[in-house]
Amino acid sequence: MADQRPNPDVLLASLQREEQKARRGRLKVFFGMCPGVGKTYAMLRAAQQELLDHVDVVVGVVETHGRAETEALLTGLTVIPRQSIDYRGSVLTEMDLEAILARRPRLVLVDEFAHTNAPGSRHPKRYQDVIELLDAGLDVFTTLNVQHLESRADAVRQITGVTVRETVPDSALELADEIELIDLTPERLRERLAEGKVYVAERAANAAENFFKDTNLTALRELALRFVAERVEKRLRELRAAGPTKTVWRSGERLLVAVGPSPFSTQLVRWTRRMAAAQGASWIAVSVESARTLTPDAQRRLDQNLALARELGAEVVVTHDENVADALVRVALQNNATQIVVGKSRSPRVLDLLRGGSLVDRLLRISGPIDIYVVPAERAAERTGAWLAWSPRTLSPSREYIEVGAVLAAVTAVNLLAARLTGYQTIGLFYLLTVIVLSLRVGRGPMLLAGTLSALAWDFLFIPPIFTFYIGRLEDGMLCSAYFLVAIIAGQLTSRVRAQQRHERLREERATALFHLTRALSAAATLDEGVFAALRQADRLFGGETALLVPQPGTDALVAHFAGSFQVSEKERSVADWVWRNGKEAGRFTDTLPSAAGFHVPLKREDKCLGVLVVGVPPKVSLSLAQRDLVEGFATQLALLLEREELQAASEREKLLAESEKLHRTLLDGVSHELKTPLAVLRGAAERLPDDNTEVGGIGREMRTATRRLNRLVSNLLDQTRLESGTLRPKLDWCDGHDLINAALDGTRDSLGEHPFDMNVPEDMPLFRADAALMEQVIANLLLNAALHTPAGTPVFLAAGVDHPRERVFFTVADRGPGFPAEMRERLFQKFQRGDAARAGGLGLGLSIIRGFVAAQGGEVVAGENPGGGSVFTVYLPYTPHGAVPVE
Amino acid sequence: MKSDQAAKPDVLVIDDEIQIRRLLRATLEGAGYAMREAATGQLGLSEIAFRRPDAVVLDLGLPDLSGLDVLKRVREWTEVPVLILSVLGQEENKVAALDAGADDYLTKPFGGAEFLARIRVMLRRNKADDGLTVVKFGDIEIDLARRVVGKAGDEVALTAKEYALLRLLVLHRGKVLTHRQLLREVWGPQAEEQTHYLRVYVDRLRRKLEDDPTRPKHLLTALGVGYRLVAE
Repeated sequence: MADQRPNPDVLLASLQREEQKARRGRLKVFFGMCPGVGKTYAMLRAAQQELLDHVDVVVGVVETHGRAETEALLTGLTVIPRQSIDYRGSVLTEMDLEAILARRPRLVLVDEFAHTNAPGSRHPKRYQDVIELLDAGLDVFTTLNVQHLESRADAVRQITGVTVRETVPDSALELADEIELIDLTPERLRERLAEGKVYVAERAANAAENFFKDTNLTALRELALRFVAERVEKRLRELRAAGPTKTVWRSGERLLVAVGPSPFSTQLVRWTRRMAAAQGASWIAVSVESARTLTPDAQRRLDQNLALARELGAEVVVTHDENVADALVRVALQNNATQIVVGKSRSPRVLDLLRGGSLVDRLLRISGPIDIYVVPAERAAERTGAWLAWSPRTLSPSREYIEVGAVLAAVTAVNLLAARLTGYQTIGLFYLLTVIVLSLRVGRGPMLLAGTLSALAWDFLFIPPIFTFYIGRLEDGMLCSAYFLVAIIAGQLTSRVRAQQRHERLREERATALFHLTRALSAAATLDEGVFAALRQADRLFGGETALLVPQPGTDALVAHFAGSFQVSEKERSVADWVWRNGKEAGRFTDTLPSAAGFHVPLKREDKCLGVLVVGVPPKVSLSLAQRDLVEGFATQLALLLEREELQAASEREKLLAESEKLHRTLLDGVSHELKTPLAVLRGAAERLPDDNTEVGGIGREMRTATRRLNRLVSNLLDQTRLESGTLRPKLDWCDGHDLINAALDGTRDSLGEHPFDMNVPEDMPLFRADAALMEQVIANLLLNAALHTPAGTPVFLAAGVDHPRERVFFTVADRGPGFPAEMRERLFQKFQRGDAARAGGLGLGLSIIRGFVAAQGGEVVAGENPGGGSVFTVYLPYTPHGAVPVE
Repeated sequence: MKSDQAAKPDVLVIDDEIQIRRLLRATLEGAGYAMREAATGQLGLSEIAFRRPDAVVLDLGLPDLSGLDVLKRVREWTEVPVLILSVLGQEENKVAALDAGADDYLTKPFGGAEFLARIRVMLRRNKADDGLTVVKFGDIEIDLARRVVGKAGDEVALTAKEYALLRLLVLHRGKVLTHRQLLREVWGPQAEEQTHYLRVYVDRLRRKLEDDPTRPKHLLTALGVGYRLVAE
């Protein structure tokens, strides 16, 4: 019995999906079995409903196909005009993605999810446009027929005989938050067709005979219904996985499919994807590279198949092995795959026997607990598939065949001369030597030819009776047969060894390339040097030109690094820009902006894109999947380099800052000490003078007042300097409001003496976080300001408390002075700004310091008018309550 | 200890500023103290070692040794009361000095009366190691032997931690105890960051002992530094 815990992987995946969705717009798909069921109609109806709810809806693109009832539903909706694309003289119109993104509506209607865009558009497919809209946070309604679904395209072709070219990967549909099935019975649909509601008259008749046959419709309808049902079931499973459940949970199912270059592999990939989806399992697509060289065509198809698998959600693994069965089982075990999917072998039985059984036989022998699924090839695919599958094995370059013929002719000529001296048996050894030497140079096919030709030549020209293929003596016959077998086997063996060597070499080259790169990068003293080394390596390795684009510091624009050899045109720059913003590959060999000249790869570290690597190869040359992986490897290394540089620069800055801060503090402390010491002496001396009505007493009083004022000035200047040097580091701690106010009052009592003072602070004012020393000065400065800038005898009032709803602490000082005009308010907090009514001197630094100190603690200070005359200053600080304190 | 005539307490001033020394001499001698002076940390240290002053006034900004270094060396062998002189901006040094065992601090410029008051409290505390088990100030009476606290004749119920905090302040009355010292002593070393505990407990003590808890007379705050109990 399986355990009852929810599978953490499934939970995580469903959580991640939720999280991704939170940022994305919502996608709703109106899903149907075929054209004419009323998807667009339903979508517009839904849009009208949204419009009633005051949602900002725009029409990105809607095809009404001239259906009147559909067109009527467009009224009231804003239609974004399509953009025109000039393609080889004719003008095509496409949805204007930029205009929609600029307009930023809540909801966009995008008809025909599977549509292929005109060449030159940003994305080749409309669904990619939709993904960009969703990424930008816009909601999208769209329509889709079942036959356009990648994983169902095969089934539809089998049912209807129509090959569907416009397909949407299933992964794109999985983004949908909601799929609404627009269902119609086949009878009703045919009625609609007859009424001309689907196609205009002449096309309707045609369509009715072909596509809209009853049998077709029933099958398509079942397909559509099943798809939606499967999806619902999958959702249910996710829901079930999210909560503890008693049902048995099949976790850890993992499918592995063997992928080759044949078109049949394409079907196999889709089949596996369907099965994986049905089981809720993950899947891997494995390609086994062996010694055989693939023709460029086959290589391209293999890459396509692997790309398809990746697109359908598979993890792609490429491995090297001469024995396909061994390789599959090895990869399956490494990846914990529980099921292996292979196609039914198409190779002749005889060859299977030679290889020690068919692939399936061998798999069954060694697979142990892993289930093996054998999927029969479809008849049509088999024909082409078998031929294509064989072609790479038998076709070696014709040059090699010519070489084999020439060498054998030459050796035969020499042998003809030598035969008189050595006898015909030794000639066989000469031939054998020739064949083995040849095997070091040519492929398997030419070797087969060399073995056969040399055996025939030996028999015909040398073995008596000569000039016949007849062999007179039994031992000659045995000798000849043995020779033939040895030649063939030797040829096979050497060519296999050679091929393996070549593969090793390729792999090694790849590893060496990355190794050299890492070494060059770590040896590089500067960033530029590293980039230069990396790009030159890349040039050599990919046989093309490369460029590196990095964001210019301080701006939003990418600039090409000078070490690049690839000329970055305006168009390439815009591609790179897209890559940098989206963190995804684009350009040639990809699905985004494939018309670009370069292959653009983001340099990503975690979530940050540090730049873009561009690889441009000549137009005819293509980069294989392996090479593209290598490009990505390069990109990773370059990203590491850039990141290292960035971190270094940052730590360098930190160090400099810390040093200058230390210097500043030392200097300030020194200045502070030097200024305050004579002040202390002055104050002490003045205090020792008698406080009476004699002349000396008067001088003492004047001195004390002057000292106080001087002290205030010096303190303010020092504080302002501290603020401006940027070295002020508030130490936030829990503060008691009463303590702060008491300390501030202690320092200002003398100055406040002539003003009636009152305050209102709740006795149980809670603690809050602030820098006590700074806050004391802030409150003291507010009180001093009130005292100094108002006529003697006018009252000063202080209030403090916590504004719970807005989560802030406030300290307010109000006076009944002349106040200040409203337009002065902002200027008040500037340096050296003095109120008009400033009675005593001062530099006008008080408020500027208050503002600086309060800002440093994350708060703000506001000046206002006191109702009934005077001014009010209020300081706000953020408030969070402290944790509970036990009574113990 | 006191080699001089019994009556005159001996105060050592360590400050490199001659004007400050002159001023303090006038202030101290005018109040009936004997004063010695030292212009550098090294001289100050030998003065303390050989003359055994009753109190030390130490400036934090000395030319040779930092005031903090002087204090740490002094505390290696004597508990002589030390008053720190600092200027604004040396907050961290001030707290470090108190943590290292200084008794009190004054920020320049300071008033003469304030200065003398601090000296007086320090000297009294030094003399008050007299095994008294009952401490009285205002209408508050604390019996350290019986662990009983009374206010205006009525017994005040304190929790264990409240009493521990009060007892610590009473034992070091007159001296500024830093937040760190108080937290470590009462709540343990792991609680040094829980500064809000201290604020809340001081507030609770004030509510139980002070006449006006928002304007305390005895349980005083040294803002940003710590607390001090004034028993006058």
